[in-house]
Amino acid sequence: CKCLLLASVTMPDRSARKEAPATLPQIIKSLGYNRLILQIGRGMVVPEPFSTESFTLDVYRYKDSLKEDLQKADLVISHAGAGSCLETLEKGKPIVVVINEKLMNNHQLELAKQLHKEGTLPGLLQSMDLSTLKCYPPGQPEKFSAFLDKVVGLQK
Amino acid sequence: MVCVLVLAAAAGAVAVFLVLRLWIVLHSQDVTPRRSLSLLVVAGSGGHTTEILRLLGSLSSAYSPRHYVIADTDEMSANKINSFELDRADGDPSNMSTTYYIHRIPRSREVRQSWLSTVLTTLHATWLSFPLILRVKPDLVLCNGPGTCVPICVSALLLGILGIKKVIIVYVESICRVETLSLSGKILFHLSDYFIVQWPTLKEKYPKSVYLGRIV
Repeated sequence: CKCLLLASVTMPDRSARKEAPATLPQIIKSLGYNRLILQIGRGMVVPEPFSTESFTLDVYRYKDSLKEDLQKADLVISHAGAGSCLETLEKGKPIVVVINEKLMNNHQLELAKQLHKEGTLPGLLQSMDLSTLKCYPPGQPEKFSAFLDKVVGLQK
Repeated sequence: MVCVLVLAAAAGAVAVFLVLRLWIVLHSQDVTPRRSLSLLVVAGSGGHTTEILRLLGSLSSAYSPRHYVIADTDEMSANKINSFELDRADGDPSNMSTTYYIHRIPRSREVRQSWLSTVLTTLHATWLSFPLILRVKPDLVLCNGPGTCVPICVSALLLGILGIKKVIIVYVESICRVETLSLSGKILFHLSDYFIVQWPTLKEKYPKSVYLGRIV
């Protein structure tokens, strides 16, 4: 079972895109996936979930944790939020990001550019070769706690 | 005429006094040895909450009690905080670090809100934050960049300026900020006790910041 997770990517509600939900499963199937999970957040377009022999479409707005779905996914397409990027990359899953340019100083672009520079995010979709991606090294919060304990004078 | 002059002189004197007090508060870094300290954490929505909970996960049980401040319109952060604290309590054999509280204040700014109205909503949030800070009197305020943290940090500074309590303000810039500081970061860079960045480019631009590598 090859699974694609679309997270926090709400579909624009302009009339030109109304036909997109109907054709999306076909497009995803033609790319070799047989399961599509849509996490739609506040999106107003709500596709109808279904399950056939050859294809399953799951749709939901929010879950307390995406850990389970991230585990199942072979590829994740998501907005370029820090939380989404970190959680996906730490699970060792490849992620394609869609930048939300409407946020302060277009900050999602900064992180996406840096991760692409480090080799953890693929480049353009057409030239995407997931096998060349580097593993994302996890952060080290213990350095923060060591620093904080020292500066606040915490006695061991 | 004389009245106006006297009033102006008095206002000027108060302003000078406040600025002097602010300077003293910002430059006092006394490290009193202690066994525990109360912590106030500002949890903005989405990735901000994810990042701050990762930082909290690394802190010992000495950081207790923990007061979380979230925006009144944010439901998801409350759920994430409750799950985090439950997991923490499960993993802690002594079970002494289970005291935590969630407080709500108005959001300083919604996504894409106009800047003029943001000044007003931020002032409103500050007006409501100060009584909370006055009541809690935390030893340490920890935040990582959402607009919600500005009223809280300003209120914490006010406690120091008024001689009530010196609150340590620690600001960790979000990992999203690789080359430029957020607006909250630019405001709080000069007002926090410790300003932590997560990318070397920012450390080069702001040498007075603290760089520990990627910590989330």
